[in-house]
Amino acid sequence: MDLTIKDIEDIALLARLNLSEQEKETLIKELGTLFNFVDKLQDLDTEGIEPLINTLSVYNVFRSDEVRQSPSREEMLSNAPLTEDGYYKVPKIM
Amino acid sequence: MQLYELTLKQLKSKLINQEISSSEIVDSILDRIKVVDEKVKAFITVTEDMAKNLAKDLKQNSESKVLTGIPYGLKDDMCTNGVRTTCASKMLENFTPNYDATVVSRLKDQGGVLIGKLNMDEFSMGSSTEQSAFFATRNPWDLSRVPGGSSGGSAAAVAADELPFALGSDTGGSIRQPASFCGIVGFKPTYGSISRWGVMPFASSLDQVGIFSKDVQDCATVMNVIAGKDQLDSTSVDLDSTDYISYLDTNIKGMKIGFPKEYFQKGMNEEVKALIMKALNKYEEMGAIVQEVSLPHSEYALQAYHVIASAEASTNLARLDGVEYGLRDFQADNVVDMFSNSRAKGFGDEVKLRTMFGTFVLSSGYYERYYLKAMQVRRLVNEDFNKVFQDVDVIISPTTMNTAFKIGQKADDVLSLYMNDVLTVPVNMAGLPGISIPCGFIDGLPVGMQIIGKPFADGSVLKTAFAFEQNTDYHKQKPVLGVN
Repeated sequence: MDLTIKDIEDIALLARLNLSEQEKETLIKELGTLFNFVDKLQDLDTEGIEPLINTLSVYNVFRSDEVRQSPSREEMLSNAPLTEDGYYKVPKIM
Repeated sequence: MQLYELTLKQLKSKLINQEISSSEIVDSILDRIKVVDEKVKAFITVTEDMAKNLAKDLKQNSESKVLTGIPYGLKDDMCTNGVRTTCASKMLENFTPNYDATVVSRLKDQGGVLIGKLNMDEFSMGSSTEQSAFFATRNPWDLSRVPGGSSGGSAAAVAADELPFALGSDTGGSIRQPASFCGIVGFKPTYGSISRWGVMPFASSLDQVGIFSKDVQDCATVMNVIAGKDQLDSTSVDLDSTDYISYLDTNIKGMKIGFPKEYFQKGMNEEVKALIMKALNKYEEMGAIVQEVSLPHSEYALQAYHVIASAEASTNLARLDGVEYGLRDFQADNVVDMFSNSRAKGFGDEVKLRTMFGTFVLSSGYYERYYLKAMQVRRLVNEDFNKVFQDVDVIISPTTMNTAFKIGQKADDVLSLYMNDVLTVPVNMAGLPGISIPCGFIDGLPVGMQIIGKPFADGSVLKTAFAFEQNTDYHKQKPVLGVN
């Protein structure tokens, strides 16, 4: 598959990765190699085969609805790079 | 024998007989780490003071539980309350969780003493521990070689007698492959048998916590402690009544063992193949019936794995955005740039590559051709195993195609590194239990044998491994680190 710089930039925005020009060049090559590698999957006819998402046959797992101890707000905020008045703080969104 | 050389079982019996105290064990282990870890570089964090204090407290508390006074280590992707948990990434270099992963709580509840957190490939993406953002871990058998990965620190520490046992996680071989390269026992139980709550996810439909130990007996002991249902992990299964130690006997008469012809493929070291054949002969001598079996879709498993694992990883790693915890870029003046810059600074090259690949295969125009296709192939891989397990009890293969490679040898070739996992990945795809145990040496480097079982037949896998171990002494060989 031939990827372009534009393809890389589109996906990098979805992946929220700010890549340098050099990283983009490297990724064109490495992703190309990866796509060539996994294209072998196209050799198999998988018409009508149900995808396998998870090997466990566990459904609708319930537990009792009871109050239990969990970390406090202060504890949960203690690893945040920036907080204010008990909230996470981020740059402007809109 | 020094205390640090002993197995969990041997340490426990000395503790029960009051020959030694847990402080003496912990001191012996900490001294050993001081002497050898400069060379091996298995630890990211050593919790020396915590360990010493806990061992002292245990002296006053006479109640003896399964792991009372026994030291252990954890791969650094398992959350530990008050102890830095980095995933070997700059992104989490300063992350200190305020809760324990369920497996950590269970080890603590049984009296285990945490010694430290172990090196790994960043977010478990790698097979050599060279992808750690901090430093590469070295193979105790030859310091110029890799220990394998991604749980390479855990494997190297146990092999170098820095710990009696350690936990790791295995998404495509990350326990079995390093155990094989380091000449120890590495067990990845059935998907769902151990809680993953509090363990940093890589690919959630494939990830499994497991055990590194010096022998199979110790592995079963630790399994008894950590396996079973957890309210906090809805994929965990109720196995609380299972006693894994009860499976450990050597009578395997009539057991049916399959060896998959597709696993003995081109590129396999002939000497590795010869050692596995020798091991199969040994099983026949013990009364097992060995037959060739076929897993025809094996050659597609690695490709399907990389699509699925990267897709799930790109989703899981989306949580790392510089808001709640982890590295944050303070230059950006809008939130999208803040996310994108933080992630660009926090992630290493391999993590960026897989995040990009995973985002590609999930994006419109690629999803059906790659992601959906890979999940269909996963079904075929799974059905191959189901068919074979109608005829045999366990499957045996080499764990890896070759012994440990040199540090830097595969640095420029992404695919040759990925090929390392070709014999272990199908087991994760099907959620099966798999163990690697030592079965010989080539030029002084250990070779591992992989034993694969039916879903939730973890006991049979341990039994098969135990029977071999009792009739051989490969697991008793130790690397010479020049400091003994």
